[in-house]
Amino acid sequence: MADPVKNDAPLALVLRAAGTNCDRETVHALELAGAQVESVHVNALSRDPSILERAGLLAFPGGFTFGDDVASGAVMAHILEKRLRTHLHNFVDGGGLVIGICNGFQVLVRLGLLPAGEGEAAMLWNRSGRFEDRWVHLQAGNRECPWFEPGQRYFIPVAHAEGRFEWFPDETGAEFPDSQVAFRYSSSDGSAASYPDDPNGSYGAIAGVLSPDGRVLGMMPHPERFVRPEHHPTWMRIRSDGEIPSESDLPVPLGLSIFRRAVAVLRSQQGDLVGETETI
Amino acid sequence: MNSTYTVTIIHDRDPNPSPDHELCDALTSIGRPPRSGDRLAADPVFYLKVAAEDAARIEPLAREFLAGSPACRAVVEEGVEFPERSEEEAAIVVQRRPGVMDPVSQSVLHAMAESGFTRESCQVRSARRYRLGGVDTTPQFLDGLASRLGNGIVDEWSSFGGGEAERVPDPFREFPSHGQGRVEISLMEVSDEELMRISDDGGLSLDLAEMKAIRDHYREKGREPSEIELETIAQTWSEHCCHKTLTGAVEHGDLRYKNLLKDTIFRVTRELDLPWCWSIFRDNAGVIGIDDEWGVSFKVETHNHPSALEPYGGAGTGVGGVIRDTLGTGVGARPILNTDVFCFAPTDTPREDLPSGTLHPRRLLKGVVSGVRDYGNRMGIPTANGAIHFHPGFVGNPLVFCGSVGLMRKEHVEKEVLPGDLVVAVGGRTGRDGIHGATFSSRELTEDSEEVSSGAVQIGNPLEEKKVLDALMRIRDENLCRSVTDCGAGGFSSAVGEMGETTGADVHLDRAPIKYAGLGPTEVWISEAQERMVFAVDPEKLARIEEILAEEEVESAVLGEFRGDGNLKLFHHGELMGELDVQFLHGGRPDNVRVSIPPQPRPEMPAVVGGRDAGDLLELLLADGNVASKEPVIRQYDHEVQGRMTLRPLAGADRDAPMDGCALDPLRDGSYQVVVSCGLALGMGEVDPYQMACHSVDEALRNSIASGGSLERSALLDNFAWGDVKDPEILGQIVECSRGAADAARAYGTPFISGKDSLHNTYRSGGVSRSIPPVLLVSAISITSGPLRVPGSDLKDCSSKMMLFGPEGANPGSLLQMLLAGSGGIPAPFDARLGPQLLEQMRMWIVEGKMRALHDLSDGGLAVAAAEMAFGGGGLGIDLDVAGGAADLHTTLFGEGPHRFLAEVRASDVDEIVEVAAAREIPVRCIGETNSEGILRVRSGDTTCIEKSVEELKSIWKSSLEATWPTP
Repeated sequence: MADPVKNDAPLALVLRAAGTNCDRETVHALELAGAQVESVHVNALSRDPSILERAGLLAFPGGFTFGDDVASGAVMAHILEKRLRTHLHNFVDGGGLVIGICNGFQVLVRLGLLPAGEGEAAMLWNRSGRFEDRWVHLQAGNRECPWFEPGQRYFIPVAHAEGRFEWFPDETGAEFPDSQVAFRYSSSDGSAASYPDDPNGSYGAIAGVLSPDGRVLGMMPHPERFVRPEHHPTWMRIRSDGEIPSESDLPVPLGLSIFRRAVAVLRSQQGDLVGETETI
Repeated sequence: MNSTYTVTIIHDRDPNPSPDHELCDALTSIGRPPRSGDRLAADPVFYLKVAAEDAARIEPLAREFLAGSPACRAVVEEGVEFPERSEEEAAIVVQRRPGVMDPVSQSVLHAMAESGFTRESCQVRSARRYRLGGVDTTPQFLDGLASRLGNGIVDEWSSFGGGEAERVPDPFREFPSHGQGRVEISLMEVSDEELMRISDDGGLSLDLAEMKAIRDHYREKGREPSEIELETIAQTWSEHCCHKTLTGAVEHGDLRYKNLLKDTIFRVTRELDLPWCWSIFRDNAGVIGIDDEWGVSFKVETHNHPSALEPYGGAGTGVGGVIRDTLGTGVGARPILNTDVFCFAPTDTPREDLPSGTLHPRRLLKGVVSGVRDYGNRMGIPTANGAIHFHPGFVGNPLVFCGSVGLMRKEHVEKEVLPGDLVVAVGGRTGRDGIHGATFSSRELTEDSEEVSSGAVQIGNPLEEKKVLDALMRIRDENLCRSVTDCGAGGFSSAVGEMGETTGADVHLDRAPIKYAGLGPTEVWISEAQERMVFAVDPEKLARIEEILAEEEVESAVLGEFRGDGNLKLFHHGELMGELDVQFLHGGRPDNVRVSIPPQPRPEMPAVVGGRDAGDLLELLLADGNVASKEPVIRQYDHEVQGRMTLRPLAGADRDAPMDGCALDPLRDGSYQVVVSCGLALGMGEVDPYQMACHSVDEALRNSIASGGSLERSALLDNFAWGDVKDPEILGQIVECSRGAADAARAYGTPFISGKDSLHNTYRSGGVSRSIPPVLLVSAISITSGPLRVPGSDLKDCSSKMMLFGPEGANPGSLLQMLLAGSGGIPAPFDARLGPQLLEQMRMWIVEGKMRALHDLSDGGLAVAAAEMAFGGGGLGIDLDVAGGAADLHTTLFGEGPHRFLAEVRASDVDEIVEVAAAREIPVRCIGETNSEGILRVRSGDTTCIEKSVEELKSIWKSSLEATWPTP
């Protein structure tokens, strides 16, 4: 269990609904990263949307909200659209951080909170036509954002059936902007990926995207499933004495590092505010 | 006034379209694989019935929600009509039969309510339209194809030639309604023959002695039973619910058992009397302690007969059922792991070898895997341990075992029901699904099972169960419930009957939420509709429970209350439909002594390997489904969800090498590990059922040790799956198996904590009844403290030494013998001294870091184990020298038996290992070393018997199941 978090820690909300599965491990990851976390049911948030005003980060966890019936994330996005559209936009416009993981990413795309520039996107069935669970190598994008170190390589599991990101440009026919690419699937040596390194056949091998300002992240891989070194799928091969590796033994950062970075950004914002108050 | 609309979603804007996989599979399976030039499409279809004033809401709903993506568009038609299709296109529309669960329609209704539709007036059914352009079709072709796209038990379909108008059966038509009043069955004055006719015609599966006991009981009462009373007794006394064979009296040669299970398997658990065994053989799952605060529950169930008829729904509801066992353990355990073990006929079984009325094993395999995947993944529970076995004896009757591990605090293990507690039904609504599942599973499958038993097969709704899970965990953590149990076989009749076993209860059947009008009270009482639980609730706590259920969107109803008078009274709109004495219900079943025939050894059947090259035999074994890579299945299961996994079913350099079990960190802090594994000695059952049980226990525990477990805190589950137990020879096998399981458990000091039997696994076709091969699945769960210590089965370094631990194997019962000869002979014996010595010492070596890689010798023996270790080595190979073994070459390489491991160790550790092994009298040989050439080379003295590239062997090993799930 995570250490108790101090009261001045930034507040993160994990939004769940019927069929959300990854809420508890997402809460755990955010707590390990130093946030104060509340798990909120969409019905509770609908009753009292002001909860959002206290939070610095809103997480849409993985799972199969409403069974992914009709399409992945369709019912959840429909409910949010009907009940909380303005509140969510206010949260994002007010500088809140948003992360959507797997089903959460699908919901954000369906809601239009991603990619949120010119043109549209959709999350479609994997080219393989089936659900796949595997660890994948990721190449992070080059742009500064609250989530990852630019250009960093990650190794994180995916588990989904509808993870193929497709891009529908507007009438200009423009390519998807590079500045909004959060992660691309890559092969183990960093070169361009084909199946199965790219598990779903996404446009541009895209595994995750950012909003134009970088504060909203959607990604198919699950960083919350890699928060301890022994979550690495082949940790037994890392040390010759057979011991569980320490974090510094790992060839890649923990998935946890993505949450840590975001919480650090929130802290520094808080710090700025605290600093201002003190000078007055 | 209501209006009906058909919304069809056309996916023609996807920039990278791929043809619908189900349609391609179906075309391939009827011998006409898809070709370039085919124009294939699959359109989701939604039939909507809405209030006339909501008509204007349909178009936005279709565009924004049902389509809702730039990749597709929605076409709305009034009435049950489809958008136009071209003259060259044929079409097939597949929809669920009326009354069959349609989860998608539930979610669409939810979205419609959000959009402002008048909920009470809305009805939704979903369907799928397949379009085939550029394919030559005839009506026969289309019907054949349609029967692959749907399953007649749950689906109905219509097919249309090029341009032909599409007319489908009314998707909204309703069931005929059933009798609502009290029905009496005349029993008191009827003959024995007539008694059996009543049992058979009513699908009660009761034998004559049981029917007579019921007749006598009612003669004493001086009245006739009502239909609902007779049904309740049949459910309660079914093999499925009370396990009358395994808990019955048996005369077995000179041995006498009053209660076979209690006198064998359960007795060992009692003798061991371990303080960490918290709940044993009494609740829906066994529970053992992790420490003083936390514990884990474990249960494995079967769902064989439903899976034989409708593999997707059968396997899915099997998973759903065993998860409810976890939820219904104590006042609720949190599911943290699923397991699955299947037995099928080989996937290349020729169609002409299939008994009529059966599905092809490949279709069963695909359907079962899809069912387990869709239910388990949607529940957010990792499916990370299991096995798939193939044997021709499972044609017509496959086995589907589903297991569930739960996490709970010690304070939540105990439950009780007090008089005055409310009977609260929670979860899904009750419908006409699954009537007679319990009694259906207790009899033989026949060609006509599809017709007569369709009510016993269901489609599950995992979303409903997930909501129940979320709600129950909150209710448990606030200590609001006194007792919880699941509705499984027998539905409310079993759940309320069990909970009120000592108290009795008043139940008002008209208060149960139902899926559609017209359901009779007996149907409500015995329906096995999925995703339902029953809570016993202190009336003072009801309001808070209802608040939580409402927030989690779970329906509930107070059906009545538990009483203290020992009577179970069933009412419908105030009328007394039945009144049962719970003492008779649970204690009145006549226990007849069965006489078994102890099995005799069969003659030796030497494997016919004459002239066959050892390398060819290795390839044959690697390609066999029993050994072949299960990766195409494992990848479809989410085995990472919940973020606890520390050893996955696949690991090694390329993360595709087989591990021996799985491990997870239950508290997410590295303080403890839960290791789960299984053993099923398939080829052994017909050779020697006693040894089969010992081998299965040994294999489960060897797998556990190789996966990081420890004998110190290990527990076992038994799952018997057998054929016709009325056959005294088959009963004799079961007795021997029970004795073997008990003796092996005693040797290891590992208690059995729960179990389940599935008997009557027979299939009748053409007048001949066939029984499945005997099966005992043993599942092991082990708790260790601290971080996981495990080497994995994958080779780590070049120039390490390979060491073989344990005695020689034997051919009888081996996979090689099963494939090439038949069953018979004397298997390698279980050794009650060596077994625990080896496993304790191996655990110590692992903890000391002496093992670089470790794998148990299982199907295919030494040669297969060596190959599998090399598969994870990232280019490493192995040189073995098998000279000096006691047996002939083929037995040395491919023989099987208990107590055997192959290990990679550092050269510098060999001497110490040999010394320690000698002191504990553990047979060990250094039989080779690893190489960096990626070659598996086996020598016997100067002769090279096998020399193969590991990469080539691996591709053979990977290709078998990939044929069923081709890589894109």
